[in-house]
Amino acid sequence: MFHRESGVFKTSYVADMALYPLPITKWTAAAFAGLFIVIAPLILGEYFISILDLILIAVVGALGLNILVGYTGQISIGHGAFMSVGAYTAANLVVHLGAPFWVTVPAGGLMAALIGAVVGIPSLRIKGIYLAIATLAAQLIIEWTINHVPAISGGVQASIQVPRPSLFGTQLKSQTQLYLFLMAFAVLAIVATSNLVRSRIGRAFIAVRDQDVAAEIIGINTFRYKLWAFAISSFYAGVTGVLYTYYLGIANYEQFQITVSIDYLAMVIIGGLGSVLGSILGAIFVTLLPIVTRSFLETFGGLIFSQADLANMIPNLRLILFGGLIIFFLVVEPEGLNRLWRNIRNYFRVWPFSY
Amino acid sequence: MKSLLMVAAAATAAALCFGGATAQEKEVMIGGQCDRTGPTQIVGVVICPAIQDYIDLVNSNGGVEGYKIKYNELDNEYKVPQAVEEYERQKQMGAVSMLIYGTPQAQALNQKLVEDKIPGTSPGFGISASADGTRFPYLFPVAATYWSQGAAAIQFIKDKLGGSLKGKKIAYVYYDNPAGHEPLPILEDLQKIEGFELRSFAVPPPGVEMGAQVLDIAQRYRPDFVIDHLFGRSPSVAIKEYKRAGYPLSKVMGLVWASAEADILAAGGWQVAEGYHTLQFAGAGDDYPIRQEIRAMYKAQSKEPPKGMDDTVIYNRGILNSALHVEAIRNALKANGGKQPTGTDVKNGFEAIHDFTLGGLVPPLKVTPEDHEGGGWVQIFQVKDGKFVKETEWFRGYPEVVAAAVKKAE
Repeated sequence: MFHRESGVFKTSYVADMALYPLPITKWTAAAFAGLFIVIAPLILGEYFISILDLILIAVVGALGLNILVGYTGQISIGHGAFMSVGAYTAANLVVHLGAPFWVTVPAGGLMAALIGAVVGIPSLRIKGIYLAIATLAAQLIIEWTINHVPAISGGVQASIQVPRPSLFGTQLKSQTQLYLFLMAFAVLAIVATSNLVRSRIGRAFIAVRDQDVAAEIIGINTFRYKLWAFAISSFYAGVTGVLYTYYLGIANYEQFQITVSIDYLAMVIIGGLGSVLGSILGAIFVTLLPIVTRSFLETFGGLIFSQADLANMIPNLRLILFGGLIIFFLVVEPEGLNRLWRNIRNYFRVWPFSY
Repeated sequence: MKSLLMVAAAATAAALCFGGATAQEKEVMIGGQCDRTGPTQIVGVVICPAIQDYIDLVNSNGGVEGYKIKYNELDNEYKVPQAVEEYERQKQMGAVSMLIYGTPQAQALNQKLVEDKIPGTSPGFGISASADGTRFPYLFPVAATYWSQGAAAIQFIKDKLGGSLKGKKIAYVYYDNPAGHEPLPILEDLQKIEGFELRSFAVPPPGVEMGAQVLDIAQRYRPDFVIDHLFGRSPSVAIKEYKRAGYPLSKVMGLVWASAEADILAAGGWQVAEGYHTLQFAGAGDDYPIRQEIRAMYKAQSKEPPKGMDDTVIYNRGILNSALHVEAIRNALKANGGKQPTGTDVKNGFEAIHDFTLGGLVPPLKVTPEDHEGGGWVQIFQVKDGKFVKETEWFRGYPEVVAAAVKKAE
């Protein structure tokens, strides 16, 4: 992810597929883990931890969508709906059966995976923009169903209150406790995705993405792998929904509407399709951008405008800046932040002897 | 060890900054979320300046009990993650009272409010069951909830139709989202009590296409009265469609988010909407002394008052919302002898709000630890000769039925 040797010295497939291509990579990963798991909760205030919480949730969802869109090449705008499936599954399990989080998280994921696989069936016949519309239909159908079936939604308000998760008898209440709780799942998602994409299944996904007829000819069952991609991606979405539910203490379908699906699609496109690091960068970018642009405007806007005008201007300017920055980054590097990072790395790899 | 040192250093720095700020001027901070962008911006562009104006007015008159009110406004674009982030930010800035914006946001923040012991308000939206202060200790609807609105609408229709609803037909037209569904249980309870016929007509979001529903109402169902529970652009579309279908608008009433000047104007003006009844949780119109005071404040600064003031319905709601926060802080300061109030103090301050009417703009609320709604008072205004004319004084509809529903909602 961060390091590269100065040439190609690999002599076996095992070495080529290794998770850590160099020994130092392992230490970098350990250092990052130490920084975010041990040091960050100690030095950061509650507010910054709460932002990190939102980012962690987004990372899980973005990784899931990237498996489908980036690795397998199937477009989906129903990601938000799969999150709501996970959220309501977990909420009902908690409320009716008192299930602990280690039951509800996989259960929410599995339910979403099941529904995601069903929604993925049309992907056998249709591709590209047509598939996008089919998944859009799924988004609307799931929203409608939750809104109108009280057995799922728990009443006319379509929201179910869920107590915070507890671990060994203590309820995880503070932002830091929730941060570590969410971090566990985010790390699990990152490790699982990194391993998935270098496994047989992951390679099959990539083959389907690059040319599905060719993939079929070399013996890949495209139907099965497309459904797998939908199921795995929806599993991640379901888990994201459950994490959201625990983080906010409520399952509510209005938190998972189509704008959310589009936000996640923006994350994987901006971050970089078909890369784990790209999903993480995209999740960070889309979550942080509104916050950073606002603080920027609050800090420097006061120099030019009066406070009353500023109150009116910041929200609007923030939207403009948000859109503008997304276009800027995509123009600078259409393949996303991940590619941008790789370019920088490649430049410094031979620095100062670049030719 | 090093990180521990850093924590200590950060804490000292924070304490120094905080101490420095309070030494100069005593401040109480209110955190407000208010959307000038996003799907609810029609309301936001009027209500957000109104909230700010009232706070400015209080501060220009010397603040509250020796404290200045510091108000911070953030826009969540009607998105829940943003709302959560902004809540945490304002908490970090020291807010002891929060204005929440939006029903899903109120639901998402409810648990945090309890954990952090900070009171939040959701006037006219939010969770109806949160009128029960014992179950929602830190959430204050402070104005009529959707349940009270529905009940008041039926009460008004009953009076209008001659005191009995037996055998009458009422149509309920609602935006097809949870907020739209919310009054339904109350309407169904009342249907059993009063013996009227009720049929509901769902309008799918975004609610700009409802020709079929209105035609169905006007031509086939022919109800004795229609209740509109719509949001955003859809109330104006509804008014237009009733007019086109020839259904008299004097038999239509809009609940609180279908009852602003902007809706009337977007429907084609006051003549089109002549006779339309609107339900209000804050007084409508210009005849309130507080509005003149705000105008005077702007005049003293030789500035134009904001254009939003012409949209009296929404503007007055903004005044109501921030006035109740200021009143709660005043109560808190009176009760604790002028010490820097905590969130719990302000919560107790809200629960002591009584006889605070702001010249008739605010209903005769009586907020108690059990009743965070303050009674569920509404007023009905009718569109007549180019303005809103008051039809009723503050009243409550079937308070015992609403109370029973709140109790049952556990």
